[in-house]
Amino acid sequence: MTRTNLQALPRSAGVWEQAWSRLRQDRVGMASLAVTLCFIVLVLLAQLGLVASGWQMEVGTPFAPPHFIGKITDGSQSAVVAGIDGPNVDISDVDPLAPRYAEWSERAARFKTIVSAKSDTLPFGGDQLGRDVLSKVVKGAQVSITVGLAAALMATLIGTVLGAVAGYFGGRVGDLLEWIYNVFTAIPYILLVFALAAVLKSGPLAKTLGGGVWSLVIILGLVGWTGIYRLVRAEYMKHRSREYVRAAEAIGATHAARMFSHILPNVSHVVLVQLSLHVVGFIKAEVILSFLGLGVPIDMVSWGTMLSEAQNELVLGKWWQIVAATAFMATFVTAFSLLTDALRDALDPKLR
Amino acid sequence: MLPYILRRVWQMIPTLLGVILLIFFLFKYFGGDPAEVMAGLKASPERIASLRAQLGLDRPVWEQLWLFVQQIFSFNWGKSWTTNEPIAQIFATRLPATLTIMVPILLLEVLLAIVAGLAVAYVRGSLSDRAIMVISTVALSVSFLVYIIVGQYLFGFVLGWFPVQGWSASFWKNLITYAPLPVALAVLVSLAPQTRLYRSFFLDEIGQDYVRTARAKGVTENAILLKHVLRNAMIPILTNVATGLPGVFIGSFLIEVFFSIPGLGREILAAVNRSDYPVIQAATVYLAALTMLINLITDVLYKLVDPRVRLT
Repeated sequence: MTRTNLQALPRSAGVWEQAWSRLRQDRVGMASLAVTLCFIVLVLLAQLGLVASGWQMEVGTPFAPPHFIGKITDGSQSAVVAGIDGPNVDISDVDPLAPRYAEWSERAARFKTIVSAKSDTLPFGGDQLGRDVLSKVVKGAQVSITVGLAAALMATLIGTVLGAVAGYFGGRVGDLLEWIYNVFTAIPYILLVFALAAVLKSGPLAKTLGGGVWSLVIILGLVGWTGIYRLVRAEYMKHRSREYVRAAEAIGATHAARMFSHILPNVSHVVLVQLSLHVVGFIKAEVILSFLGLGVPIDMVSWGTMLSEAQNELVLGKWWQIVAATAFMATFVTAFSLLTDALRDALDPKLR
Repeated sequence: MLPYILRRVWQMIPTLLGVILLIFFLFKYFGGDPAEVMAGLKASPERIASLRAQLGLDRPVWEQLWLFVQQIFSFNWGKSWTTNEPIAQIFATRLPATLTIMVPILLLEVLLAIVAGLAVAYVRGSLSDRAIMVISTVALSVSFLVYIIVGQYLFGFVLGWFPVQGWSASFWKNLITYAPLPVALAVLVSLAPQTRLYRSFFLDEIGQDYVRTARAKGVTENAILLKHVLRNAMIPILTNVATGLPGVFIGSFLIEVFFSIPGLGREILAAVNRSDYPVIQAATVYLAALTMLINLITDVLYKLVDPRVRLT
């Protein structure tokens, strides 16, 4: 009886459903979502090794131009050196090693020599070693976006947990966390990054992390949590005495349950927007840190390493690497920023 | 006023203490062994032992912390581990170059942003708003690194208006010859987002009642913007300038490295690369203290700019 009555009630859409339907009406938001998803698919494919796995192969001539320009004809910039023509001079009558010639030629015959044809042009051109810029920019997207996402997730996790604890409990614990927050914000951002970089470079942790991408993620995550902490703390202070939290307390929910299963869903839109904002910030930070030599190691490729290589190429008139890296990065960052704006509008219609 | 300042200084002590503890323990437990960094890879055990004794590393942790605090307050950090240059001298000789670049950047940025922000606020309307929004969104999505690479190539190499890079011993030559290109690039890049920010400061004020009153009594739009709105928008402007002020002393690492300017930023980066811990520690602690001091001065200035502000 009661069951049928309940089912007869009109079902109202949930928060996420409402947000999704608002987002679907936002044309700019949907377009940026599509572009962002394309990049995410690209990153996943690169991660699985399905695309751009051979970015280190020297498939073209050095600085091979893009297809639409055509191959270099004057040959001035090409590093290919023609071999010496004519047969080798026979010196076997004076060479003390002459008896071993037969053995050598037999050994040499065991290896197959492959003459690899290096193409004169590549879709997006080649770099100074003749590596394909298209593969590099795709592989670089994988590294840059992974770093941005991972660092943003880490910063959001730290900021949310600490902010929840500080805002929910307040008191002594809140004071302690406020003190830590004050200490972290008193030190200029970039100097904290440098101090951590110096420590991770030569300290005992350098071996376990292997210096590379993960230390970059840790540095950015450890430095970047403060803004999220502040916002989440303010939200928790607002929510902790609301009726639904009191009701949860009355039915015996623990502190942890109240913090993370009752309040967190109600502040998750703040967290999500912050996460999204930080991804863009960290991708840009990766570029700068890679240029300064503190980012992605040289045996990997990211948009940052590509841009720093491009500094010397531009003077030689080889503009394709900087253009490719900039175009990819600008497309992704613009789409992601617009998506963040659309997300904020969709999740919190009061802001409009 | 004085009790307020004293109370604020008193409140700074725990934060400064936290910064000192953070930096000390970060380098103590997560950093490499200083004696090994200094002695190099092929050092004999005796040499390492003597260095450890010299640096006080064989003493208990609390004594080492006390030594660190003494270094901070006596401004005596000894010599750089790798170049043997006294650390005080490093700061004294590198700071002028940083200031030569950063002070013009800050001044131009603020002045141009005020002018552009007022201009955009004056012609406020859907078209200019959208244009500014679009320009700054797209402009911000391109890395600062790309702007300076292309800017140096275009203005320094192709057009030849400025030297590509360089620095001299004379202040005026630096300011007139070498500083303009990096300064111009930094200002150009920050202009769009800064204009957007300042425009929002001015629009907040334009919506206030006193503006309507001024219009009602027939004050011209120019006078409203220049006299009423600009003065009342001083607080957010001041906050914005104060946030950028500590950066003036650190310098822009990217610009200094890129244009080979022998400033503090480049020096700190070099110290990171050669694990020269005292240089990094000194820079971090002093700039954190400076940041706190600037925040205090800003709060006091609020009171001078706007008598309505109550310092509590």
